[in-house]
Amino acid sequence: MESEIKHTIPKSRTEENAGIFPSPTYFSPRQRVMRFFNTPRIVGRMSVVGEKESKGPLGKYFHKCETDDKLGEKTFERAEIRMFDTAVRGAIRDAKLGIEDIDLMVSGDLLNQMTTSSYAARDIGVPHIGVYGACSTMTESLLVAATMVDGGYYKNVLCATCSHFATAERQFRFPLEYGCQRPPYAQWTVTGAAASVVSANTEAVKRFPKIVMAIPGIITDFGTNDLNNMGAAMAPAAMNTMFTLVTETGYSEDDFDLIITGDLGKLGSDILRDLMRKSGIKLGQNYIDCGNMIYDVYQKCYQGGSGCACSATIFNSFIMDKLCSGEYKRVAYLATGALMSTQSCYQGETIPCISHAVIVESPYGGEE
Amino acid sequence: MSEKTNAVKSRNDRYNKYVDTVSPKTSVPKALWHSFWIGGVTCMIGQGISDILAFSMPSLSKDMVANITSMILVTVAILFTGLGFYDVIARQGGAGSFLPITGFANAMASASMEFKTEGLIFGTSAKLFTVVGPVVVNGVVWSTLAGLINLWILGAY
Repeated sequence: MESEIKHTIPKSRTEENAGIFPSPTYFSPRQRVMRFFNTPRIVGRMSVVGEKESKGPLGKYFHKCETDDKLGEKTFERAEIRMFDTAVRGAIRDAKLGIEDIDLMVSGDLLNQMTTSSYAARDIGVPHIGVYGACSTMTESLLVAATMVDGGYYKNVLCATCSHFATAERQFRFPLEYGCQRPPYAQWTVTGAAASVVSANTEAVKRFPKIVMAIPGIITDFGTNDLNNMGAAMAPAAMNTMFTLVTETGYSEDDFDLIITGDLGKLGSDILRDLMRKSGIKLGQNYIDCGNMIYDVYQKCYQGGSGCACSATIFNSFIMDKLCSGEYKRVAYLATGALMSTQSCYQGETIPCISHAVIVESPYGGEE
Repeated sequence: MSEKTNAVKSRNDRYNKYVDTVSPKTSVPKALWHSFWIGGVTCMIGQGISDILAFSMPSLSKDMVANITSMILVTVAILFTGLGFYDVIARQGGAGSFLPITGFANAMASASMEFKTEGLIFGTSAKLFTVVGPVVVNGVVWSTLAGLINLWILGAY
């Protein structure tokens, strides 16, 4: 297994570019990249989306589409829990396992005290670890799950996340029917839920994509405090992790078939391209942003999608399909999250952001 | 320490300036035009209602006509909010749909609808004024100040 991962780190670009964009966090000597030598596999997955997302460009890739915003439940929160439950059970079924085979569930969502994932876990009845990384929850849970499986503590770990437009809107912004104008740089919270099952590497699951590395993010704050301009707030965090990705993992930006960021939106991904160029790294055609992809232009979602489910649903449907078929060999998945609350923003605090990365490789092709 | 914070501060300033230049801006003439015609149409409808009222019921006093007109406009705005297309108008109208009395009605109705799920006391009653609270408070404070100015300064002459 070890031979599959290249350890030859190209001459670090860190020193070359030290003067260009000075920030104390980039040049720390600590080892940030986690390498999983036992290569945990992603064996099952499921994505559920709302109606609006299913009409977007990636609509046909999602596994299930809910046409009713409330799913026939009394409140939007109940609907979110139900959607989460559907995704979790679907992923377990997709992995051809039963609920009793799942050793641990790592999940999170956007709401206060993570009510959705805890309430859904109540009905599922497996050990549960709640993680909160705002919109980066999916990568965070994949990172935790891969660590647990790689260390040999558990065999099958489930990662899940979800978000709902109506509940997020109520918590972070205004009532749904309130007629307010959004600025043109606002983003639209994705309604959806996604889950994936991470399993230990055995002969039976060797035809599934494997998680080879992960990079925990550093909280980055470049002093933006506009609650609506999430893309601009999160771009520096994505840059920080992406810089580590191309300097410390041993892969350069061209070694990836795809580098995907979570929900920067159109504006945020443009800013990220700019920031990366300033640090001496040119992002080419292989860089895409989930928030930018999920909605069509005519759907009037301003800069694109945001929320936990934005990158999670796309990763668990479109990206994983391509990884399973071997069309993409190596994908870096960086979801970004803005860790603010409405109170902190009204108190004049700036928005701290984080970006975790997970590198997933296809079982086919590669370096063998 | 201070050197470091200064470096961070200047970096943040540079970044924020950069973000300002790349963020798309609302087109001011377009926004003004939309709010002008939507606000104007709202007020025209109000004027029409009051004219019809004054014409059909000449016995009503001027104040009464104004009151009934506001009531009709508020009712229609709440109805539109409940049916779910006030926010579609408001997304275009901006200040044109926010400033007239219909905007106030929409803000209250939307809050009461949104928090209905938490119950009648802690939901609807408690959260009814979340959006319009500042309007009410500022309305009372500034009208009190204006009243005092009127009493002391203008009243002296």
